[in-house]
Amino acid sequence: MPDARLEVRDLCYSYSGADNAADHVSFHVDKGSFVGLIGPNGSGKSTVLKNIYRALRPDGGSITLDGEDLLKMSHRESALKLAVVGQENELPFDFTVEEIVAMGRSPHKKLFDTDTAQDKAIVHHALEHLGMADMAKRSYLNLSGGEKQRTIIARAVAQESDFLILDEPTNHLDISYQMQIFDLIKRLNTTVLSAIHDLNMAALYCDYVYILKHGKIVLHGVPEDVLTEENISRVYGVDCCVSRHPVTKKISITFLPEGLRKE
Amino acid sequence: MQRKRLKNGETSVGRICFVLALISVLTMIFATGLGPVSVAPGTTARILTSRIPIVGGLVEHSWEQLDENIIIGLRLPRVCLGLVVGASLAVCGVTMQALVRNNLADPFILGVSNGAAAFATLGMLFGAFSFLGTYSLSISAFIGSAVTIIFVYMISRVRGRVNIMQLLLSGVAISMIMDGITSIIKLSAPNALGLHNAEFWMSGSLAGAKWAYLTLPLAVLLICMAVLMINYRGLNLLLLGEESAGALGVNVSRLQKVLVLLTSLMAGTTIAVSGTIGFVGLMVPHFTRLWVGSDHKRVLPVSALLGGILVVWVDVAARCLIAPEELPVGVLTAVIGGPMFIWMLKKRGVRRA
Repeated sequence: MPDARLEVRDLCYSYSGADNAADHVSFHVDKGSFVGLIGPNGSGKSTVLKNIYRALRPDGGSITLDGEDLLKMSHRESALKLAVVGQENELPFDFTVEEIVAMGRSPHKKLFDTDTAQDKAIVHHALEHLGMADMAKRSYLNLSGGEKQRTIIARAVAQESDFLILDEPTNHLDISYQMQIFDLIKRLNTTVLSAIHDLNMAALYCDYVYILKHGKIVLHGVPEDVLTEENISRVYGVDCCVSRHPVTKKISITFLPEGLRKE
Repeated sequence: MQRKRLKNGETSVGRICFVLALISVLTMIFATGLGPVSVAPGTTARILTSRIPIVGGLVEHSWEQLDENIIIGLRLPRVCLGLVVGASLAVCGVTMQALVRNNLADPFILGVSNGAAAFATLGMLFGAFSFLGTYSLSISAFIGSAVTIIFVYMISRVRGRVNIMQLLLSGVAISMIMDGITSIIKLSAPNALGLHNAEFWMSGSLAGAKWAYLTLPLAVLLICMAVLMINYRGLNLLLLGEESAGALGVNVSRLQKVLVLLTSLMAGTTIAVSGTIGFVGLMVPHFTRLWVGSDHKRVLPVSALLGGILVVWVDVAARCLIAPEELPVGVLTAVIGGPMFIWMLKKRGVRRA
């Protein structure tokens, strides 16, 4: 794999020592690809991502980014290469949208550096890219859920790293925002590793998916190969009907409630 | 309020600090004159200028010696101490709030003051730390505050997050424990005079300020401010949560350790000279944020100046309200700050709902 950017090998992590939240997880993310981590609740998607963006420390295994050992890098070095959009973006105090996005510049800053005109230009550019230039002075706490998430993505853009980690970025958002967020991310043309809750979203946006269950990777491949009726039934325990959508040419999954099944 | 703050957030922090520094100087002149024996501001200003090298010689000596003694010997050290103590408490509040990601944190509410007081009383009445020399009181108060912060922080963390209920309750519990310890120490105190001093000191007072009291808290304040200002980006990022801060390049656990050390130092050294003056660390940062936003680059210097000014004026009220008797300044800040804390609590409830 010459252009694999992120390489995770035999990653193990447990919260209490007894359970295995991540059990010998191995996968890789190629340059420029959009890779999805999918799986039921509690399957370890977030745990794996947190180990990669260093909120948790792996019990075992190795993680390399561009051939370098990620766990040996300083926080600043890894922040220059990886940007993260997490699930929870609660703030205890109010900042303006612009201030939040400007925080993305911090890893580029040494202790005594001040904000330069270049930083301001980068922040402005990031806001424009996300269609938020007119909201720069708004207070973050008064934004809607979708706007908050766009602000955080703008922050990741301002961070100028070319690898994006997303932890269910569209959780709690309604469908228009979900599409908007994923479209924006797709437009960034960077390498993306994302945990995704919604299988249809994964089918629409991912180039490659890994399915996790009980902390283990059970299946992986392109969405068309992996997201089949029997696989979904095996992993999630629900009945569904998978078809090619005539417009998107992508697979589309329809879940079947008990009352509407064929037999 | 919102609109106002955003507009003001644009004005340079330099200008705001300049205006506040000016107000601090005026505060020094006016507050030094006020008290049971009042000295006119004009006289105060002249006495003060006469003490400044070079320009001092130009001022005509036209005041009574008694006035000069009151100003230079009694009031000025007290006002200066008020500025330093107020600034330290406010900055300490800002730092604790960033550490626990909550605007209800304050050295007094989280029991840090009581912890410092317990250890300091131990030192005062039994000479437990006398081997540490002149600064034994400060060092014992520092140890007390460090122990309390670490305890409260550890108890209130649930799965890596600081839970607000847990935080406030552990603060209450630790304060009560420390209070209890203080009572035990007091009851078994060997001498009555020490006991009286300890009582007055503990209720928070700037009375009896001496120039010698000023050196350590001022040095600690300046060093802590410098370290905090250098790390202002880290403080901002910490508000986003530990995970986000880490992902944005902050070495979270190291920064948290530094913050615990700084808050303990500031709380310990100020409490050693002034006793427990509560709620300053709660009120001042809150109003500062409403005024200039949450960016620590602005919040730190502005709340330091505001804190100083506030404590000096509350202290003026403390010595004038029931003159010639004196109220401990901590009693007054509690009377003002308590309701304010309740109001902030209620407001949080509304926002959540």
